[in-house]
Amino acid sequence: MSHVGPLTLREPRGGLGVAVVATLRRDMTLKLRRRSEVMNPLVFFALVITLFPLGVAPESKLLSTIAPGLLWVAALLATLLSLDSLFRVDFDDGSLEQMMLSHQPLAMLVLPKVAAHWLLTGLPLALMAPLLGVLLSLPAGSYGVLSLSLALGSASLSLVGAIGAALTVGVSRGGVLLSLLVLPLYIPVLIFGTGAIQAAIAGSGVAPHLAMLGAMLAAALMLAPWAIAASLRISLNG
Amino acid sequence: MSFRLQAQELTCERDDRCLFRDLDIEVGSGDLVRIEGPNGSGKTTLLKILSGQLDDYRGSLSWCGQDLRSVRGTFLANLLYLGHTSGVNAGLTALENLAWYQALSGDIGDTAGRMAALASVGLAGFEDVLVAQLSAGQQRRVALARLELTPRPLWILDEPFTAIDKEGVAALEHRLVSHVSQGGSVLMTTHHEMPSLGQVRSIRLGEMRWQ
Repeated sequence: MSHVGPLTLREPRGGLGVAVVATLRRDMTLKLRRRSEVMNPLVFFALVITLFPLGVAPESKLLSTIAPGLLWVAALLATLLSLDSLFRVDFDDGSLEQMMLSHQPLAMLVLPKVAAHWLLTGLPLALMAPLLGVLLSLPAGSYGVLSLSLALGSASLSLVGAIGAALTVGVSRGGVLLSLLVLPLYIPVLIFGTGAIQAAIAGSGVAPHLAMLGAMLAAALMLAPWAIAASLRISLNG
Repeated sequence: MSFRLQAQELTCERDDRCLFRDLDIEVGSGDLVRIEGPNGSGKTTLLKILSGQLDDYRGSLSWCGQDLRSVRGTFLANLLYLGHTSGVNAGLTALENLAWYQALSGDIGDTAGRMAALASVGLAGFEDVLVAQLSAGQQRRVALARLELTPRPLWILDEPFTAIDKEGVAALEHRLVSHVSQGGSVLMTTHHEMPSLGQVRSIRLGEMRWQ
């Protein structure tokens, strides 16, 4: 009946690369099948930015002053909106339990999940931001920096946010709790993100701000996977 | 091949209630062990402890004579655990689900192998259907296809017969017997009577409360 080979005791031999690639592909497939979930943060971002000039005043001078902060805050909140579902489905259907029962390190398995989140949330937000920058009459010359700062920053936001999502995955309506947990950690990213754009507008050096964003991303890449894995363990078996 | 999962003096308390006390369990090659007990008697908790998922117990667990925590990787590489939730994602097809599980254990595998595994649980023709469109029993069968796909000596199954029809139950019983006769072992909970399974060891939980 069985087509598999004879039963033997197995050593936990590698295959980590295979598992990571498969997890990334799985999560991308799932997200692309649920288009509305991918579109939600983008639509939210676009709506906030389009409504703002109507609510304040269509003066290009005023708008261009507040544009960097506004774009960043809206993108940050859009990311926050999308975080709650990061581990929810896998938690409900038992896939998360099975991931923990794999001999692969959990921290390395959550990394492709976060990467998929960034690729379909943070990166599209960063690419869309210049278009919305036009609406806010963001001064020319700062568009590249806007995209770059959002791309770098949103990767940190995804990583840090995933810790919160992992901690609240066992809570039935963890959305508010998640925001409270994660927002304080988002503030440094927000400050240096907007700082980069303001520096670009003022014509001063952009590099220090972007370097700080890069440094925060590097730190998050190193530490967040372990924190996410530990949080998931607490949520599932605590 | 010989292996042994051993639990000694296992005690677990939940919410000030003692689920089991000083339980000794030994599962080795060729064993079929069934854990019985009424609802809420701690069967699932026991299986989770034995599969290394829960830490709040007293007593010791060992795999092949070594402390379970120190050989966790080796233990997990030889364990297949199917819980209450099937672990099957509704947004993927049956084939995609199996491919991911194969990749998790480090194999790329091939489509032919996965098709054969699905055919063996009666899902031939449903390979490319989204799991969300399958019935509850069929979804359960997708999870059971993993028994065919990844050869692991120790199976820990929590209510494997749930939602499965008569033919499916017979096939699964047959599969359990053949696994045990090949030197594997099965540790399971079920409310299902299993006369055809031959030598089954039973562990009863839930009687402490009346002592």
